[in-house]
Amino acid sequence: MIGLGHGRRAVKDAGQESNLFRVRAAEGFLIIALCLAVLIGRYFWLQVLRHDEFSGRADENRVKLRPLPPSRGLIYDRNGVLLAENILDYRLELVPEQVGDVDATLARLGRVIAISADDREQFETLRKVKRRFHNIPLRYALEESEVARFALERHRFPGVEVVPYLTRYYPQGADFAHVVGYVSRIDSEDRERMEDARYSATTHIGKTGIERYYEDQLLGDVGYERVETNAEGRALRVLGRVPSKPGRHLRLSLDANLQRATVAAFAGRAGAAVAIDPRNGEVLAMVSQPAFDPNLFVNGISRQAYAGLVDGVQRPLYNRAVLGGYEPGSTIKPFIGLMGLRLGLRTPTDTVWSSGEFRLPGQQAVWRDWKKGGHGRVDLRTALAQSVNTYFYGLAVDAGIDRLEPEMRAFGFGAPTGIDLTGEPSGVVPSRSWKQQRFGKSWYPGETVIAGIGQGYWVVTPVQLAHALATLAARGEARRPHLLLSLQAGIDAPPEAVPAQVVQARVDAPDAAWDAVREGMEAVMHAPDGTARGAGVDAPYRIAGKSGTAQRARRRGNQEYNERTTPEHLRHQALFVAFAPARDPTIAVAVVVEHGSSGSKAAAPVARAILDAHLLGTQRGPAP
Amino acid sequence: MIDFDLMSRIERGLARWLKRPRLDLPLLCALLLVAATGLVVLYSASAEAPAQVLNQGLRLGLGFGVLLVFARIPPTVFRTWTPWFYVFTLVLLVAVLLFGEGRGAHRWLDLKLVRFQPSEFAKLALPMMVAWYLHDRPLQPSWRDLAACALILAVPAALIVKQPDLGTALLVGASGAFVIFLAGMSWRRILLLGGLGLAALPPWWQFVMHEYQRNRVRMFLNPEADPLGNGWNIIQSQIAVGSGGVFGKGWMGSTQARLDFLPEHTTDFIFAVFSEEFGLVGVAAIVLVYLFVIGRGLWIAANARDTYSRLLAGSLSMTFFVYVMVNGGMIAGLMPVVGVPMPLISYGGTSAVSLLAGFGILMSIHAHRLRGR
Repeated sequence: MIGLGHGRRAVKDAGQESNLFRVRAAEGFLIIALCLAVLIGRYFWLQVLRHDEFSGRADENRVKLRPLPPSRGLIYDRNGVLLAENILDYRLELVPEQVGDVDATLARLGRVIAISADDREQFETLRKVKRRFHNIPLRYALEESEVARFALERHRFPGVEVVPYLTRYYPQGADFAHVVGYVSRIDSEDRERMEDARYSATTHIGKTGIERYYEDQLLGDVGYERVETNAEGRALRVLGRVPSKPGRHLRLSLDANLQRATVAAFAGRAGAAVAIDPRNGEVLAMVSQPAFDPNLFVNGISRQAYAGLVDGVQRPLYNRAVLGGYEPGSTIKPFIGLMGLRLGLRTPTDTVWSSGEFRLPGQQAVWRDWKKGGHGRVDLRTALAQSVNTYFYGLAVDAGIDRLEPEMRAFGFGAPTGIDLTGEPSGVVPSRSWKQQRFGKSWYPGETVIAGIGQGYWVVTPVQLAHALATLAARGEARRPHLLLSLQAGIDAPPEAVPAQVVQARVDAPDAAWDAVREGMEAVMHAPDGTARGAGVDAPYRIAGKSGTAQRARRRGNQEYNERTTPEHLRHQALFVAFAPARDPTIAVAVVVEHGSSGSKAAAPVARAILDAHLLGTQRGPAP
Repeated sequence: MIDFDLMSRIERGLARWLKRPRLDLPLLCALLLVAATGLVVLYSASAEAPAQVLNQGLRLGLGFGVLLVFARIPPTVFRTWTPWFYVFTLVLLVAVLLFGEGRGAHRWLDLKLVRFQPSEFAKLALPMMVAWYLHDRPLQPSWRDLAACALILAVPAALIVKQPDLGTALLVGASGAFVIFLAGMSWRRILLLGGLGLAALPPWWQFVMHEYQRNRVRMFLNPEADPLGNGWNIIQSQIAVGSGGVFGKGWMGSTQARLDFLPEHTTDFIFAVFSEEFGLVGVAAIVLVYLFVIGRGLWIAANARDTYSRLLAGSLSMTFFVYVMVNGGMIAGLMPVVGVPMPLISYGGTSAVSLLAGFGILMSIHAHRLRGR
């Protein structure tokens, strides 16, 4: 090799090689300089021509908006008793990215903190929609002992944290379950009715009752934190913040004492009661029985518990006070009686002969009085006191259904009362057009007869009944029943006035007419022949009341009614309406006790208990 | 007495060195400037980790020490030892394949005392060997010589590809190719071989490349296809560069690195941090310094005493360009992601030492240049 190399060296021309190299080196340098120029050109393109774009992307990278949840407004009763508050609770959260093997971790975690199949399912659902570095709640409302236990084991669970949070709590439990309602986790149905942006940090939404109706007021405004985050999405420092604005506090017209007394008066029976101040439409109590503990719903009710509430025959989730449709029965009689006076069909002293049977001319059908043999000759007072059907049969027939219907509508029957709760139905006032529309059939005169005693197609809700009674008590001044007294932006803020409750509509009648009806209703309670004298006994104030016993109206299905349905039907609804003090009423109540024996026996004592609680501040024991 | 004798010798040596330094001062200054810039950027990119900066400083110190030592060794010594060095390197490369360690790739050899990447030796050994082979042959090289050079290159390059370390293989291959280019290989042959190389790309893609390498190329062609996965590096690096603008965000002002958006921001992607903090002005300045280093190196080569020195010096200078181009291009999205560091700026690796050793050889060649021409 070396020899060969030496042999070749002779042919090498050092000078020519050196020149050749210089040319090559120059060429190489030129190419290199060109390439580096291209490189600089590329940097020029990135740093000058596209600077704005990349600058924006770097900021986008860096700065994230983190929503801050507003704290939900509190709910008080009229005297400042807390009905809904926010309490500090603890939840368990997990960041999948930091955990690694999520399934194995959950299995181990299950030995420290109980995680149900429901929790697991919720978690998996959220996991699909959230990013890997986001916190995903695994369990809410940890017990103190669980928090303590986890604290000891914490080192074994990187990426799992116990996080404090504010949760809704209803200190009054089941007593306000329907009227105040509850909040619960936002679900897909809620997403359709809400503005997503306002809820970017909020996990719960009002589902029922006041919580739902005043969701907008209670929610508050979400705040934002501009945070600098790293590539993992972890916040490193706060650049600025717009604090969240807490929701407004609500003061309701409800009286917690009255509410409790009302619940107690039901003594576990199913039914509903609504108490309204006739002077202003303020709802003082609203009860639906049976009830449930709204706190169960806040952080996700277990499947089992929910099934128990839904499948029960008693349907405890159902707010009977607003949604329940009932036949008013005889409680409609004061309104029919007033109609007779208003239309000039009767004077208070006009009498009617009650033989125990009522017939329409030329018809076979017989409508009866509840008292065999009838009540004899009765005027309006006696007709109300003894609940004489015949008086009202005749009155309804004399008026005719076409005049009866608008008279009843004037008291708010057949239309939502406009109370500040959602889902209120209209109810039904019997009429030709309604029947035609509903069943495609024409009106029978016999149907007018039973309409006069609140049977047939009639459907009223307890709140409608209370509202109509309040209007009657206020001598025709109809005020929208409402639960909200005032709004308050904060504890220290002055209460914001809610628009004054103006008189919505007026039913005109001479004082004598109002007095006559009132006297009849007082006789129900206090006269020796009054049907509910038992409930009026010993009252230190005068009560105007009226009982009713009726079949529960079905709002769906074939309502073709047997006109001769006897009042002895097995499934009675006991109703009672009352206002007091009779001459200067401050409260009007409507009570329904389902499957009660009769209005005067089952529902009247409940009404009396409510009146006593309100007017005397006493609580009677459960009605017999 | 002895002490006095030693002192005087040192004194004389120093005086002689100062009078006629064996170093090319402009080149040395340029290198020091780049290295100092690197440390400054590293301090910011590492989120103010003095330990890391100190570590890199020591490594650079070692590199400059090697440079000073190599500058004292005459080029003829390098030439004489070249074949042995080459064989030694081959043995190490085989050894690293058998006993090497490292994450994913076997690149490191652990000799208890020192831990190093043998491929760094190849960066010097290859151009030396090709230059040695060609130095006493007539130039331009014949086809036979070219084939021999190709063989000299192919064996170690293949061993490095096998590790796998595509970036280093590329640098090593380029350094050999530059020797051949500088030896005067005709443009016609260069174009011919270039065409053949292009034709070989599809089978290379199909049979030789690893999946991760193919993915890198795919991502380079379309990074937005997988912005959170494989395209992430490319996109985030361009965001860093682009957001720097003309004057940059200032030292310590890189949000892309500080907030961990930029991967490998102290090593392969440190130049993105530099670009973000110092802007186009900084980039242009540092590239000009690099160009000066390359030009100065080629100037030294052109004035070298013999063919071996010329070829070697030229090749080392031009290889330095490959570092800058591949790394700078990768960061700007002009080239696929290949593990080539920004010379003297990227943190870690033994590349700083081998690079500075190469410049030591250049200094030596400079010191033994032809004079009076």
